Amino acid sequence: MERPLNMTKIPRAAQTTAQEGYAPPDLRKKKRPGETVIQAFLFACGAVSILTTVGIIYELGKEALLFFGSPEVRLWDFLTKTTWQPSIGEFGVLPLVNATLMTTFFAMLIALPLGLGAAIYLSEYATQRVRSIFKPILEILAGIPTVVYGYFALTFMTPLLRAILGQNTVQIYNTLSAGLVMGIMILPLVCSMSEDALSAVPRALRDGGYALGATRFEVAIKVVLPAALSGIVAAFIIGVSRAIGETMIVAVAAGSGPAFTFNPLAAAETMTGYIARISGGDLAYDTPDYNSIFAIGLMLFLITLVLNLVSRYLVHRYREVYE
Amino acid sequence: MTATFDRQHPDPENLPGRQRAGKVWQGVFSMSLLVGLLALIVLLLNITNQAGGLAAYRNKVEPASLSPLPLEETPVEALVAILKENLSINRIKTLQRDGKLEDRSQTDLAAIVTEQIVKPEVIATYTLFQSLTRGDQIRQEILAQNPDASVVWKWWLTPDFLQRSMSSNADLAGVRTALFGSLYMIAITILVAFPIGLGAAIYLEEYADRRSRINRIIQTNIDNLAGVPSIVYGILGLAIFVRLLSPLTSGALFGSGSDNGRTILSAALTMALLVLPVIIINSQEAIRAVPGSLREAAYGLGATRWQTIWHHVLPYAMPGIMTGNILAISRAIGETAPLIVVGAATFITQDPSGPFSRFTALPIQIYNWTTRPQPEFRNIAAAAILVLLVSLLSLNAVAIFLRSRFGRR
Repeated sequence: MERPLNMTKIPRAAQTTAQEGYAPPDLRKKKRPGETVIQAFLFACGAVSILTTVGIIYELGKEALLFFGSPEVRLWDFLTKTTWQPSIGEFGVLPLVNATLMTTFFAMLIALPLGLGAAIYLSEYATQRVRSIFKPILEILAGIPTVVYGYFALTFMTPLLRAILGQNTVQIYNTLSAGLVMGIMILPLVCSMSEDALSAVPRALRDGGYALGATRFEVAIKVVLPAALSGIVAAFIIGVSRAIGETMIVAVAAGSGPAFTFNPLAAAETMTGYIARISGGDLAYDTPDYNSIFAIGLMLFLITLVLNLVSRYLVHRYREVYE
Repeated sequence: MTATFDRQHPDPENLPGRQRAGKVWQGVFSMSLLVGLLALIVLLLNITNQAGGLAAYRNKVEPASLSPLPLEETPVEALVAILKENLSINRIKTLQRDGKLEDRSQTDLAAIVTEQIVKPEVIATYTLFQSLTRGDQIRQEILAQNPDASVVWKWWLTPDFLQRSMSSNADLAGVRTALFGSLYMIAITILVAFPIGLGAAIYLEEYADRRSRINRIIQTNIDNLAGVPSIVYGILGLAIFVRLLSPLTSGALFGSGSDNGRTILSAALTMALLVLPVIIINSQEAIRAVPGSLREAAYGLGATRWQTIWHHVLPYAMPGIMTGNILAISRAIGETAPLIVVGAATFITQDPSGPFSRFTALPIQIYNWTTRPQPEFRNIAAAAILVLLVSLLSLNAVAIFLRSRFGRR
């Protein structure tokens, strides 16, 4: 019974095979170069999104710096002057911002009450059957291309407004019509986000309300709505961000030509509308026009980014409370 | 003090009043849902309303003065004679470049006579609703003002409309080039965005350690990118694909002549960046829905990570991935703003011949036609919108079909 000394290191189970001349199994992690390559490739796919963000910030920032660096543009004038005429060297962004805020205001005037009302109905009142009918309808409404909404604003909403308020008071292009149709476009988004927030409120809260003798309406308004408030605010903020970035409706129906006016029945060009109009032709590189769309694009990007981050923060915080 | 108390805690005695208030508000809430439904119906009706109806034409030359029979019934020889009589020799030569006039079909010749000699001009169009409710009145009004006008029923969406290319005459314009442009662009967008998006989703769901900082940054970043306005992607595409990479996207590197980066390829790459976040998020959701036990069973049998993903996770998640991605793609088909910025041309009569050709797309045509002052362009815009909506709806139907078919397995 002479045994080689090194056999003692081999696990007992492996001894028999080892004695028959086999090498012991290697229990260390096997190197698989193929798997590593695949993982690296998949990581690269994920990193494309980072590159996109870097690309947006770098390109927009670079051209916007060129814009603000040019001698005729001063940052203070850009933010406070009320004339936007790049061809004659007037760079005051306020008319564009003002028009954007007006269309956004009217859009939210429609989308918030209607979206919230529809969400409360779907989440608190509707039967399964009603939900199965209306949810696809809202999805279709959300899936209609925005240029079609633009057509709708120009050929239906504007004539309707002109018939109600008078042909002379309402211009063919106006911010009110664009804003109202934009509200219809954003309605499904606000509705589905608010409904998610309302449905996430635990049943126990509702049952508590009923046990205290509250009616269904009282439970919905005084118990469920406050509990879901942060989610609803988040939906509202996303809606605003969507309205600010919306292009085609305003490009078709709000008018082409910057105008500093608070009259919703007059034509005024928004930030997005300006970008769409200026870049519509074959735009020459490195002109003030070309650089200005990057400056305005950067503003759009930053505004929507901040709004989206705030909204995400609110949704996140409220999830922590109930899950 | 008591008043505040009462407002916060409703009077228990007044139950009927509270119930009534509840009913009223229920009505208000259901109304807001109905407004959404109403908006959809009105929108669809409005577009259909514009896509057909009476149209008044005035001919430059009356067909009756050319031939005793209607043009559709005039024999070939007579039509050729009419053409030779009314057109200059050079014009005839141009027409004969593709073959002798006598060899053409009768319908072809009749169309040439209409286009070259009769030259109908639209003077007014009416909506479907107007035409149905007071058609006779409209006819009388037009004929009173323009005795030589002819009033006809016109559907703007016809098979011909799908087959014709662009034209500055609304009556002869069609969406063929735009349809081809959209198809080309979407095909390249899918080829680029789908593999990258799926890869990123697999990485984030199957490989990424959620605690590591870089992975958290990637995830947050994707969620934020999904909220960036589409026109910002257009500006990015203009700066990077059209300008910076113009040797690549114009095809100059591959010897295709032009060095203009405003091509299908640039537009498709821009679109790919735009839909990528949506594709990643949708695919992630589908992969997350795969039960963990499936993975554990595969690992238990000795499969490697990639084998588990490729043979078990992906086949299980595929229906969900497909459904989500078809919806993302249908968003890209209707997207207009980035294409305007990247520089889709609005007037192109040639079908795109490859990724490096200039192009137009369906939503761009709709935008272009909608913004023209002539009323008849509104009508063909409505017809093009119907084409777009029908294609989007059929894509969605495919998504639903896939979901139900694979879901049953």
